[in-house]
Order: sequence, then C-alpha cells, then structure tokens
Amino acid sequence: MRVKYLKLDRIEGPLIVLSGVREAVFGELVDIEVNGSQRKKGKVVQIDRDRVVIQVFESTSGISLGNTSVAFTGHPMTVPLSRDILGRIFNGIGEPIDGAGFYSDKKYDINGRPINPVGRRYPRNYIQTGISAIDGLTTLIRGQKLPIFSGDGLPHNELAAQIVKQAKIAGAREDNFAIVFAAMGIKHDEADFFRKQFELSGVLNKVVMYVNLADDPIVERITTPRCALTAAEYLAFEQDMHILVIMTNMTNYSEALREISSAREEVPSRRGYPGYLYSDLASLYERAGMIKNAEGSITQIPILTMPNDDITHPVPDLTGFITEGQIILSRELFQKNIYPPINVLPSLSRLMKESIGEGYTREDHPDLANQVFSAYSHVQDVRSLAQVIGEDDLSELDKKYLEFGRQFEQKLLNQGFEGNRDVIESLDIMWELLRVLPKEELNRIKPEYIDKYLK
Amino acid sequence: MEKHAGEIIYINGPVVKAENAQGLKMREMVLVGKKRLIGEVISISKDTATIQVYEETSGLSRGEEILSTGSPLSVKLGPGILSNIFDGIERPLLAMYKDGNAFIPEGVGLVSLDEQKQWAVEMVAKEGDYLTAGQVYATIQETSMIRHRLMVPPHLKGKVVFAERSGSYTIEQTLVTLEEEGSRHELKLYQLWPVRQPRPVAKRNPIGKLLVTGQRVIDTFFPLAKGGTAAIPGGFGTGKTITQHQLAKWSDADIIVYIGVGERGNEMTEVLEDFPEIKDPRSGKSIMERTVLIANTSNMPVAAREASIYTGITIAEYFRDMGYHIAIMADSTSRWAEALREISGRLEEMPAEEGFPAYLPSRLAQFYERAGDIETLGGSGGSITVIGAVSPAGGDFTEPVTQNTKRVVSTFLALDKALAYARHYPSINWLRSYSGYVTDLKDWYDENASPEMLELRAKLLRILQEEDKLQEIVKLVGEDILPDDQRLILEISRVIKVGYLQQNAYHADDANVSLAKQYRMLRVIDALYENAIKCVKKGAPMSKVKNDALFYKITTMKYNVPENRQEILEDYIREIRDYYDGLDKTYSKGGARHEG
Repeated sequence: MRVKYLKLDRIEGPLIVLSGVREAVFGELVDIEVNGSQRKKGKVVQIDRDRVVIQVFESTSGISLGNTSVAFTGHPMTVPLSRDILGRIFNGIGEPIDGAGFYSDKKYDINGRPINPVGRRYPRNYIQTGISAIDGLTTLIRGQKLPIFSGDGLPHNELAAQIVKQAKIAGAREDNFAIVFAAMGIKHDEADFFRKQFELSGVLNKVVMYVNLADDPIVERITTPRCALTAAEYLAFEQDMHILVIMTNMTNYSEALREISSAREEVPSRRGYPGYLYSDLASLYERAGMIKNAEGSITQIPILTMPNDDITHPVPDLTGFITEGQIILSRELFQKNIYPPINVLPSLSRLMKESIGEGYTREDHPDLANQVFSAYSHVQDVRSLAQVIGEDDLSELDKKYLEFGRQFEQKLLNQGFEGNRDVIESLDIMWELLRVLPKEELNRIKPEYIDKYLK
Repeated sequence: MEKHAGEIIYINGPVVKAENAQGLKMREMVLVGKKRLIGEVISISKDTATIQVYEETSGLSRGEEILSTGSPLSVKLGPGILSNIFDGIERPLLAMYKDGNAFIPEGVGLVSLDEQKQWAVEMVAKEGDYLTAGQVYATIQETSMIRHRLMVPPHLKGKVVFAERSGSYTIEQTLVTLEEEGSRHELKLYQLWPVRQPRPVAKRNPIGKLLVTGQRVIDTFFPLAKGGTAAIPGGFGTGKTITQHQLAKWSDADIIVYIGVGERGNEMTEVLEDFPEIKDPRSGKSIMERTVLIANTSNMPVAAREASIYTGITIAEYFRDMGYHIAIMADSTSRWAEALREISGRLEEMPAEEGFPAYLPSRLAQFYERAGDIETLGGSGGSITVIGAVSPAGGDFTEPVTQNTKRVVSTFLALDKALAYARHYPSINWLRSYSGYVTDLKDWYDENASPEMLELRAKLLRILQEEDKLQEIVKLVGEDILPDDQRLILEISRVIKVGYLQQNAYHADDANVSLAKQYRMLRVIDALYENAIKCVKKGAPMSKVKNDALFYKITTMKYNVPENRQEILEDYIREIRDYYDGLDKTYSKGGARHEG
C-alpha cells in the first residue's frame, strides 16, 4: 500500500508544496486526488529535506490545503505507445481525447535519453517539399531539425501543411512515413486547420496528434512535445518509420516554461526566461536525427512566432543556435502578396551542403544556389540605392539586378499553396532567373555548368 | 578510497545538497546516490555541502548516500586519448556505444581510458637513472602520427629503483618505480591530473610563430600565433562551426583538441565521419590520428558542460608537456558561460550582467591564460593555442561573454551576418576583426614567407577600408558619379573580396592554401591594382581599365591554380603587365598628341 499525504503546505499557480514526506524521487510522477474523485497528475521538481515541490498537470483549481491526497508512484512520467497510436489524438500527458480508449503495456519515459554522437548517423538524404525556395535554396534533409521562424498573422501554418502534403523522401516507401503533430498553446481554429489539411491530403490515419490548446493547462504544455517526441522515437527507432514532427508553437511553449519558472521564484535571465531555456529547448530539438542501429528517421519542423518580428528575441535566438538552420517568413513579402513569403537571405539549411549536388539532386545545385543567394543579396543593396537616387539613375547592371529581384520573387518564390514543383524544375527556374544577368556576374558557378545549363 | 560522506537532503536539477558532510573538501569529486553519479563539491556551509552533478539527476531520492573520493575532479592522462571521443568528464563515448545502445545510458560511472588494451612500450629509463618531473621514462607509438611520451608527473622525482623491459603493457601496469628520500612512487602508463589546475611549465616563451591555418583571411590578415588566443564570435548561421572545423582540419598544429560545448549532436557526428577521410597535408595521414574530441552536446547534462573545457585543456597541456604544439577549439564558450549561469541561478547567487555570475570574467581569463608558448619541465618546447567560438545572444557583440572574451584574447575574428547572408564565407568581417600578433610575427613572416608580405597586407587592408568609406557615398549617389581612381578602388576591392577573402571549404584546391600561394596571390592582386591605377592616372577610361576577362581570370585564380602549379601565378602577373603596358602606350601617345 502506497503512502498518501493528505495535507498541503502551499499552493501557488501550478505548484503545490507538501512537507513531512519520507520518500520522494526527483522527477517522479505523483497521483493527486481532489475531493476523493477528481484525479490529476504531477511531477516532483524540487526536494528540500522533507519538503517536496510538485508541479501539477491539468490545473490546480479546486485544490485546497485539505481536500487533496497525494501519492508518489516512484517512476518517471511515461506514455503508453504502440503502432496503434497512428490516427489518434491525445492530450499533453498522453491520454486519448478522441473519444476512444487506448491501452498499451509498453510505456516509455517521456524525457528520453540523449543520443550518443557516436551512435548517430549523419543525415545525408534530402526531402523534396515541392517548394522552390526550400528545395532550391534551403534544402530540407531527412533527420534535420529545421524550424520556421514566423510572425503573428503570417502563413506558417499553411507552409507547414503544404510541406506535409507534398513531402517526398527519396528512396523511402510511402507506407513507411508518418507525422507526429505536437500542438502547444495554439488556438482551436489552428488545430482544426491542421486536422482538415491532414484529412484533405489523405494522411489522417498516418498522423498522431498530441494537443494542448491555448486554454488547456500550461504545465501540460511542457509535456506535450516530450510525449510527441517519445512517440516519434518509438516509431522511428523501433518501428523503422520516417517521421516528420511538426511542433507548434515553440514561443507558447517557452512562455509556459517562463510562467512556471517564475512561480518557482527562480532567478530569471534574458527577458524573464529561465537560465536553462537553452538546455530545455535543446532537450527537445536534439531528439531529431537518425541512429546507426535503426532504419527510421526523425525530421523536425518546429514553428515559432517571433514576438514583434524580432529575431533577436530569446526564443528564436536560442532556437537558431540549436537547430540546423531556419526558414524565415517575411512580412514584407507577405504584404506583396507573395506566397510562401520566405525570406531566403537569412534562411539557411546547415545540412544541405552534403546532401545536394551530384548523386543527390543535380551537380550544379550547390554553385547555383550560392550564385542566386549572392545575386539576391546584391538586389537588396540596389533597392536601397534606388530609393535614394531613383530607378532611372541606376547603372545598367544595377537595373538588371532589379529585374532579377522582381523575377526571383514572382517566378521562384510565388508558387502558391497548391504549387508543387519537382526539385529539377526549381533548379531550372533558378537558371532562367540568372539569364537576366550578364555572364561575367556569375562568378560563383563553375564555367562548365554555365555552358551546360545556361541556355 | 571511497568513503561515506553524507546523505542527500536537497535536489534541484543538477544541484544536490548533502548533510552530515563535514568530511568533504571544496572541489572534491564525489559519487552521488545508488547510481554513483559523478559530482563535484562547489560550496560548503556548516555540515551541508552543495554538489553539482555531471549526470541526469532524475531518479535520485532524498537520503541516498554521497561517497567521497578524496581527490579533486581529475582526468586520466595516458595512451588511448588520441582519435577518441569523450564526454565532458572524459568518459569514452565510443566505448559506451560499443555496448550497442545509440542513447547514452544512465549511471555509467567512472570510466575513461581503455584498461584492456595492450600498448607497445619502449622503455627509455633504466635502473639507476635519476629522473625529475617532466622527464620521459617510456614512449609509445600511439597513432602513426604521434609518439606518446610517458613523463614523470610534475612534483615527482627520484632514482629509478625498478624499470620494466620494453614490451606490451596495459595502462594499469607499473613501468618504473622511483625512490626519493625513502618514499617510493610507482609510475604506470598514465597519470591523474585535476582539471581545474594548470599543469606547471619551466618557463613561458614570447609569441613568435604563426599558426598556419591555410585560410587566407586568417593567415594573411588576422593571423593566429602558436601559443596565442583567439575568439570567433558570431550570431547563428554565420559559420562559427564551419570556421572551427576548417581550423581543426588544416592548421599546422601537431594535435587538435576539439571541444563541442553544448552544440549540436550532428556536428560531432560529422567530425567523426569526415575527419578519418581527410588527409593531413603535411604527413599524408588521416587527421583523426592527431585529433581528440570532447562532446557535451546541448542535451547532455549541463554541469558536465562546465567541466568539458577544463577536461579539454588539461588533455592539451598533457600533450604540450611532451613537446607538441596543440590547437584547442572550444565551440562554443557561450554555452559554457550559460552553464555557469544556470548553475549559479540554481544556487541563488547574486547575478551580475544579464544574469551571468560576477565571476564570469575571471573564469574566462583563467581558461584563456592556459594558452602559451612554453618550455616544458622536460626541457623541450611546446605550445597551446586556444580558439574559442562565442555565440552572442541576438548576434549582439556588446553582451557580457563577447566583451569579457575580447579583453583576454589577442585575435578577434568577428563573423558578420550580412556577409553570411550573401554567402561570403568565411564571413570574417575585415573591418571589425583584428590580430594583436602581427608585430610579434613580423620576423616569422620575413623568414618564412617574404619581407613584403606584411606590406602587401597593409596595402590591401587600406584599400578595403577606403572601399568601405566609398560605399557610404555609393549608397547615396550611386557608383557612376565617383572619379575613376575611386571606382578602381571599388573594383579591386571586389577582386579582393571574391577572389581572396572568400574561400570555398568544399573545393579541393581552395579549402587549404599554403602561405607561399597566398603570397603569390597577393602579388597578383597588387600588380593588378598598381598597373591599373597607373593607366587611370594617364586618363585611360574605366571601360578599358576594367577588362572583364582579366578581372574574371584573377577573381577565379583560386580555383584554377592548384597548389603544385602555383608558378602559373607568375604568368598572371606578366599578363597583367602586358595588358596595361599596351593600354599605357595608347594613352601616353594619345595624351602626347593632345598636348601637342
């Protein structure tokens, strides 16, 4: 018979404190019973002599100092998993919320274990998303973590849904592909949008959803991505599937972390976020990848909105230091009615260099991408000059760059929500754009490729 | 050796407190709980000791036992370190993986160097010798590139009363027994050394040797010195890691210690997969044979991140003491500083700037001061060059880690977001970077490159600085309005930027460039400028002076002139002279006619 503790010392936000505890394990799961009927779960977050601080999932409302009993389980928080999770919807602590029950005797610790760098396989195979700006310039690689940095009101959800709809992994079987979707603090209509999109693209029975909506308890927001990634690891590394994990929205997640940290009266660092925000985010993002003794892979596309479009805000800043690149959406392009409004200059895929070119996409791809980046970066200088002296007074060469910029945005970027292009098609469009410029300007491309592809 | 030293009363993340812990010493290594997690005592108050734990603390419970080890956090120094990869406290990740699990298991305990492996030892010391600290008593060919010298540990000396014969031994076997004033010391194949204590040296030498990196922007413009210190700050996506990798691959140090501090797991995997394939340009052997990797990826325990740079530099000092030149790369020191901040926060210490503890500057200084060109106790020369990446929050160089690092390093390679966006790599900004070693290295350049090299460097830097000023004007009025000599500055700067400063890490002929070729390339650019400006002054129009084909040829010389045929560059200079001499004649004549 487990010991039950019947009296609390203090309740504060999502935390409860009780004393006189004889045995407690750091990080263990606790069962909480309110008024003898309502059941909740919690986790030990601090032990100080016989005083234990517990973080309560769901919410602490209804709890009083005397109406609650607490029992320690002695094991960490786990989530039950089997192949049957595909097509199901769970809440942030892994309980089904789609009306049916779920049982599996296989339970997994949601915190996972860090992957040994020696045990990793370096990602070297690209995923074709059908989006030129991504396939051509910031190629997504199987096993990569590539976040979308967006702003409120920008079409990041559409972009993520389009990637899910169009993604093709070179050399992988269709039926071996699944999506794990973690929703953290998003609105009901956003969750509905994703559900509808999954349904429309016919992948609904390949999606596992872990959902914590904006009005759900914030403590569960912390466990939502952990449950989702544990499910992803199970499917990828035990069932050898290729998993695409969409996590939205990491800003909400980080805010939940800050709220709990402040309730625990921890010393804040930048903008009130806890000092361990980097380590905490890393414990999620680093769960992407591939390992040597399994066939499957975990590719992560976390979505975050930059508060006030500020990329130096701690959440995008720390994310950028951990993830393997980023795709940045631009309000300016969005206002020009360009979809997807990807600002390619600050966008980056760190893993693409080894996974494009000969044997993967096409031999000219690395040089070509490099040249297009360099030219489009010059377009920005020319545009600011044109604002000062007017377009007419630009040199002939700069006028050509302006035209290149216009075509780049209209022909390459603006492909629409339904546009699905083969990677070779995207590369050919890039060559077409370069035709606007004089040949001497193409100093990043091997001359032989210019002769071969610049028709 | 291990004895009971208290029980756990408090757990908060990596911070644990123990009571009844009067026996513990500050900075002592302890084993925490049933799983014997490794920890270090970081403060003591009355009978309570605060311990930072180098492993995940989930699963610990109150009342579990603390064991004292009696010694400070130390690493084992001996054969088996090279070509290996360790975690932040020198536990072998390769060996952990061999047990078949791609994930790092819990409670690995105190393991480090392979105790089973037999090493072919060649004895140097024989009975009757008198050995002092730092003297070599045996050697081992550890990899085909590096001979491992077993040295008498610092603070020990004595007469050899026993010496084994050369042969095959494991690291725990005794090779030599020393006797001094009646006490005996057994010397095995390894020694232990506390990571936070610098290993002693005989004396420090002044800086005077270039660390050749094969990277043009560094070797020519912002040189690193053997025994010097450097920082590479840059926001995310500016190419810090790739710059560090380039230095690890191509610099002419004997041994590279690469520490991944709180960075991506895949980056360490990349090094593990790539380095064995890359040949060292000097010896032709795989560069993995001279490399040691320390990995504490961002999701590994944060306290071990704090320890990892000390583990790395202690290993570097050990090899330096054998008389080798070491380059140590820490990517990134900001993660180390954040680990300090995280632990400091959990201890509820008074925060200074941006939540970092007040002792951040002194800790940074202590780390970088372990660099140096020195004479070892054994009498040979060695050096440690420290190159630290810095990841400033929001790319803002005014934040505390960058600022405090700037105070203690001499070479500052500022990475620039705008350059990275234009895919100008390495994105080292030539106006914000500096090297304090240029004067110290003058003699070295004179002797090993050319007395002209530094003059050309200064000249090209002046051109680049002038270009920067001109760009301000161009932004307002456009390029066409400038006089021709200023337009030439812009054109030459373009050649310097694209043709010289940009270097392609993935191009066989461009990834690594010898100093001799760098000097020749500088002369080509200088010849272009000098001949062109002469013609501009004579009134030749820009359309003629900027010959597109010639400029294109010079901009792409880095790809077209391989290392073993660099004399072609002399033809380039002749071609430049011929073209401009022709132009010169036309306009001299034209000018004469006009005047007449």
